[in-house]
Amino acid sequence: MRISGWGNYPVIDSSVDSPLSPTQVEHCMLAGFNGIARGMGRSYGDSSLSSHVISGLSLHHLLDFDNETGVLRCQAGVTLADILDLFVPRGWFLPVTPGTKFVSVGGAIASDVHGKNHHIDGSFCEHITELDLMLADGRIERCSATHNRELFHATCGGMGLTGIILSAGIRLKPITSSYIDEVTLKAPDLTAIIEMFEQYLSSTYSVAWIDCAARGKRMGRSLLMLGEHAIDAPLRNATPHNRSLPFNMPEHTLNRYSIKAFNSVYYHRKFFARQQRRIHYDPYFYPLDGVLHWNRLYGKKGFTQYQFVLPQESSAEGMRQVLERIVSAGRGSPLAVLKSFGRENDNFLSFPRQGLQLALDFKINDGVFEFLNDLDSIVLDHGGRLYLTKDARMSEAMFKQSYPRWQQFMDVRTRYGADKVFNSLQSKRLGI
Amino acid sequence: MQRVMIIGATSAIAEATARVYAKRGDALALLARNQERLQSMAEDLKIRGANKVLTRVIDVNDTENHTTSLDGTIAELDGVDVVLIAHGTLPDQRACEADISLTLNEFATNATSTIALLTHLANHFEQQGKGQIAVISSVAGDRGRQSNYVYGAAKGALTIFLQGLRNRLAPKGVQVLTIKPGFVDTPMTAEFKKGLLWAQPEQIAKGIVKGIDKRKDVVYLPFFWRYIMIIIRSIPERIFKKLKL
Ligand SMILES: Cc1cc2nc3c(=O)[nH]c(=O)nc-3n(C[C@H](O)[C@H](O)[C@H](O)COP(=O)(O)OP(=O)(O)OC[C@H]3O[C@@H](n4cnc5c(N)ncnc54)[C@H](O)[C@@H]3O)c2cc1C
Ligand SMILES: NC(=O)c1ccc[n+]([C@@H]2O[C@H](COP(=O)([O-])OP(=O)(O)OC[C@H]3O[C@@H](n4cnc5c(N)ncnc54)[C@H](OP(=O)(O)O)[C@@H]3O)[C@@H](O)[C@H]2O)c1
Repeated sequence: MRISGWGNYPVIDSSVDSPLSPTQVEHCMLAGFNGIARGMGRSYGDSSLSSHVISGLSLHHLLDFDNETGVLRCQAGVTLADILDLFVPRGWFLPVTPGTKFVSVGGAIASDVHGKNHHIDGSFCEHITELDLMLADGRIERCSATHNRELFHATCGGMGLTGIILSAGIRLKPITSSYIDEVTLKAPDLTAIIEMFEQYLSSTYSVAWIDCAARGKRMGRSLLMLGEHAIDAPLRNATPHNRSLPFNMPEHTLNRYSIKAFNSVYYHRKFFARQQRRIHYDPYFYPLDGVLHWNRLYGKKGFTQYQFVLPQESSAEGMRQVLERIVSAGRGSPLAVLKSFGRENDNFLSFPRQGLQLALDFKINDGVFEFLNDLDSIVLDHGGRLYLTKDARMSEAMFKQSYPRWQQFMDVRTRYGADKVFNSLQSKRLGI
Repeated sequence: MQRVMIIGATSAIAEATARVYAKRGDALALLARNQERLQSMAEDLKIRGANKVLTRVIDVNDTENHTTSLDGTIAELDGVDVVLIAHGTLPDQRACEADISLTLNEFATNATSTIALLTHLANHFEQQGKGQIAVISSVAGDRGRQSNYVYGAAKGALTIFLQGLRNRLAPKGVQVLTIKPGFVDTPMTAEFKKGLLWAQPEQIAKGIVKGIDKRKDVVYLPFFWRYIMIIIRSIPERIFKKLKL
């Protein structure tokens, strides 16, 4: 079967098993499985690619829900969309959510995903009460932040490289409505947006959309979007979206000019410095989920997302250099998401750390990899790193330099015999 | 609240259908042969809102035990309003051509076993004078093709059996629904390359429940398969036999 990540780059042939129960996963292990787990395939690059893959999606059962504490135990193939569908009307929400709800719980743990509330609530795995992991030898090991700690911290954010996550407990958060009160503020340049992130640190949700095509004085101009759960509004499900793009678009649909036009329309759409609205959580958190398979807009060759974080101290300078590089190369990105992260956690390979992070999409075309290598040196020079779940091209040297705990991660993997059994195209490329 | 019995309950399409009923707060009895899967499915459906969920392990080819299994389940469920029969296998056509007993076994799983189950269930429903019987057949039963005529013949037999049963039970107030899905992305079709015509089990499940609620006779799912099959059926045999289908 042909499989790929969300960026449609790379695409490989793989044999995919979809075990229906933990026992069937065990059978795969005992039959000599060698490869990686896969969920919804929403990671962009090659994290979930290997010539043999175990899909966790048929392990999609809810196991237990505690109405008092809000702890939901479920199998790893359950999607965040499924959880929202069922639990929002009952007054519960995800403690942390990425920008798409079409990800599996297993994938969310393996990438230790973050959301717009990272500066307050940390990343997804900080709300995991415990998880059950199938090890290379078919044994099931339960781990948490207090029990089998090292295995837990290697598995959370560990990109599937410690074993197959079978199930987990997630602490849901109580809500009284399914709406978000959103305030949008204009920031004229990079200095302003950095200050505004500081100023609005107590907002539950905050994220900025940055215009990467803006140059000179306007460089870094952004829209900061803050959000709070509305209190006095109904609890209601999202309406089903179905505006799927059935085909890959011709290569030129998103070119430099259309991207530029799109950016400035978006910026000027907001005439006032401050705009307020009440919006359903679905379009608020998942604006792109409305167009299923929007990734096909990038054409057949696919695209890659470049997402990096810079440490607090060097954020401003590093970000300025990256933006300058983008403008001078004339490579824009219709979607550039800027966010200020909260503190780093104990997971060995988790991406977030305190500082500014930026995510940019790039079409795969001539020169894009050379260009990204340039960005790599800026990121490295400023002590930053790239998000593994978006990566399809980082070098081993860069990975090992920017994820200093990789050796500890390897020690745990070796101890559990995972290094010989679980690997992806990405792990091979990164030398782990 | 409806009392819904599902045979072959661990099938992807059946499970998606069970979730629709669970959300409505109905009572469910699940019959299938994978105990572990049944158990975790039952817990899942309870959290999703099912009023109660019973499980029973059966192999549909153990026809001697059908009476006991079915009567036992109906008693435990306190009666039955809706039955959905969903089990099936997709035979390896080439392997069947070389193996008589494989062919007969596949035919048994996809046709005879269901006919056996229906024979007993029909009497129960006839006697209670109400209720709904829904069975998953397939568009493959509408015309024989070289690539899967063992499966097609079994589903075709089932379709004809259901026509007769509908004719018998209609006056008694019992609905008999023949469900004909097209291509569905499930474990059964894991090996196939998926294209535009493929549907997800959740989509099929919605169509099944709608067909039951509206007391339909036959549903093609998704609907466009009705038109595709009209065209396929209308091709004259002397041409059809030369096609590579
Ligand atoms: C539109 C869009 C927006 C996004 N926004 C964000 C965001 O805001 N923040 C963020 O953090 N991420 C974001 N992401 C990335 C996404 O959340 C992660 O890539 C997530 O891991 C995808 O989950 P998945 O189920 O699709 O996993 P896959 O892509 O299938 O796999 C991802 C990784 O998880 C591992 N994995 C999957 N299942 C298991 C399992 N059962 N056991 C062990 N390992 C497993 C795989 O081996 C692989 O390494 C976004 C992605 C998209 C497409
Ligand atoms: N998928 C399609 O494209 C498609 C198209 C048209 C019609 N259909 C029909 O839809 C129905 C559901 O299939 P599906 O697509 O949902 O596939 P599926 O998930 O593979 O389900 C098939 C189910 O049948 C069960 N089964 C097989 N032999 C059995 C036996 N002897 N005793 C008890 N149970 C048995 C299997 O149980 P185990 O897991 O224990 O093996 C499995 O749960 C089938 O009737 C199929 O023919 C499917």
